[in-house]
Amino acid sequence: MNLDFEKPVSEIEEAIADLKAKNPEPSADVKAELDKLEASRLASLKSVYASLTPWQMVQVARHPDRPLIRDFLAGLCSEFIELHGDRHFGDDQGMIGGFATLDGIRVMVIGHQKGRTLEDKIKCNFGQACPEGYRKALRLMKLAEKFHVPVIAFIDTPGAFPGKDAEERGQAEAIARNLLEMAVLKTPVIAIVTGEGGSGGAIGIGVGDVILMLSNAVYSVISPEGCASILWRDGTKAPEAANALKITAKSLLDLKIADEIVPEPVGGAHRDYPGTMAATRKVLVKHLKRLQGLSSKKLLKRRFDKYAAMGRFR
Amino acid sequence: MGWFTKRHETAPKPESKEDIWIQCPACKAHIYKEEWEKSFKVCSQCSYHERMTWRERVDLLIDPKTFTELSAKVSFNDPLKFSDAKGSYAEKAAETRTKTGLNESIVTGYGKMGGIKVVVGVMDFRFLGGSLASGTGEKILQAALYALKQRWPFIIVSASGGARMHEGMVSLMQMPKTCAALAQLREAGLPYVSVMTDPTTGGVSASYAMVGDIHIAEPKALIGFAGRRVIEETIKQKLPDDFQTAEYLLEHGFVDMIVPRKDLKNTLTQLLKYYGRR
Repeated sequence: MNLDFEKPVSEIEEAIADLKAKNPEPSADVKAELDKLEASRLASLKSVYASLTPWQMVQVARHPDRPLIRDFLAGLCSEFIELHGDRHFGDDQGMIGGFATLDGIRVMVIGHQKGRTLEDKIKCNFGQACPEGYRKALRLMKLAEKFHVPVIAFIDTPGAFPGKDAEERGQAEAIARNLLEMAVLKTPVIAIVTGEGGSGGAIGIGVGDVILMLSNAVYSVISPEGCASILWRDGTKAPEAANALKITAKSLLDLKIADEIVPEPVGGAHRDYPGTMAATRKVLVKHLKRLQGLSSKKLLKRRFDKYAAMGRFR
Repeated sequence: MGWFTKRHETAPKPESKEDIWIQCPACKAHIYKEEWEKSFKVCSQCSYHERMTWRERVDLLIDPKTFTELSAKVSFNDPLKFSDAKGSYAEKAAETRTKTGLNESIVTGYGKMGGIKVVVGVMDFRFLGGSLASGTGEKILQAALYALKQRWPFIIVSASGGARMHEGMVSLMQMPKTCAALAQLREAGLPYVSVMTDPTTGGVSASYAMVGDIHIAEPKALIGFAGRRVIEETIKQKLPDDFQTAEYLLEHGFVDMIVPRKDLKNTLTQLLKYYGRR
């Protein structure tokens, strides 16, 4: 599925499809023409993606084919042993986790699950975790601490689930508890925003020693639509709000909130899973090795200093 | 979420007899101003708890002439150079500062409460809806570190609609920042009491307001994570009237007690007497 702003690319793709259909057995000339079209398709894709606006990046981050946590697990890890439940209420499908092995390094993976099919999406509340999801994540992080394995938190959520039951079971308390516990968790934590970093729902598992972002991922205090409807009193002003909120990986690197950007292949992560996995693996392994070398005392001091410095401007 | 539209217009009125009484915003009963002030802005008819300014709250809780402000110079920042349809955030915040005399949405300091030395943070809803932003987070961090150094209990009185959009992700990061500071108090075995007043919602309820050793709420205060309208749109159901009230949270196990304003100082003092000082 191509996005609106990918129209130049779509047009070339149509031309390619057309030419192929008309020439089931392409001659040398047609082959040359196809090569030319393919080259211009790549060039067009590159140029479109070189100048994405923040709002366009939101579309890419929410793309239906964007790799989800299970794609990352399959593409990065040689093993994944899923663990279930928060031991209090249930097993939230909007948040999954378990032991995993990445490049021979044993880790604990937690993260939001949006679901691929409509059926899955409904089961996962579209990646909006409930209190039991945050509590499951915390249980697994405490387990990681006990087993001396680092935590990798994959962030991809529109936000924490805004439901009656979620409120009754303490959505606010569940997120707040995670923030407090993660601040002093005695094992390295890497937070990586792979798609949408939706406010409290994202930060609820996002207190990392490093915060990584895929190059087309976004991370925001409120959805651009929500911000537009409050401050512009007009939900259609989301592109303006997306711009003003500074939600892109590049902006957040400049604001010293993101520590490093994982470059996505040309045309976005959804067009090239192997390329996305290779780039992600490289950055994750680098930080895992670096953080594993730190004593827990040093790790916690650095984590405290990192968050204490957030928003200190003078 | 009308943070910036004042709930009650306070246009200067000519001196008249009306200045001796006010109308309760909740039940519309007329109350003598003197009585209203003596009861700390609580309606004698319907016990509605009107929002307090930080000064009124400090006067309510802290022994006279013992309050010293901390980080008074820490002010709002504009890291995004944010502008919306109505203009720039920097101008809006500066205007609010002039109008309220506040540099941020919280005032922090230390003093004695019933003779017990405490560090307090008092949020003031008049400053951009008490929203949490970089200045707020920095003041809470510094106050917590002061409590840690002195080994005094820490109390935060919240009144906030949540994280401030105008500082974007910098605001969101104040949630882990303030919790990291509170985690230091916990590791040092120091008490932290959270007092939730109307409203305590969004990013404030999902950070420092909900990780107290003891949670106290004011009667009928709105406390919750997501907004009522958003929830109703999500679940396509009408929510009960008492949804996200202090009473509702007590019933669901998220606050220890609901304390009327007139008893707040005594209750806090009573509780802190159980803390074994070393």
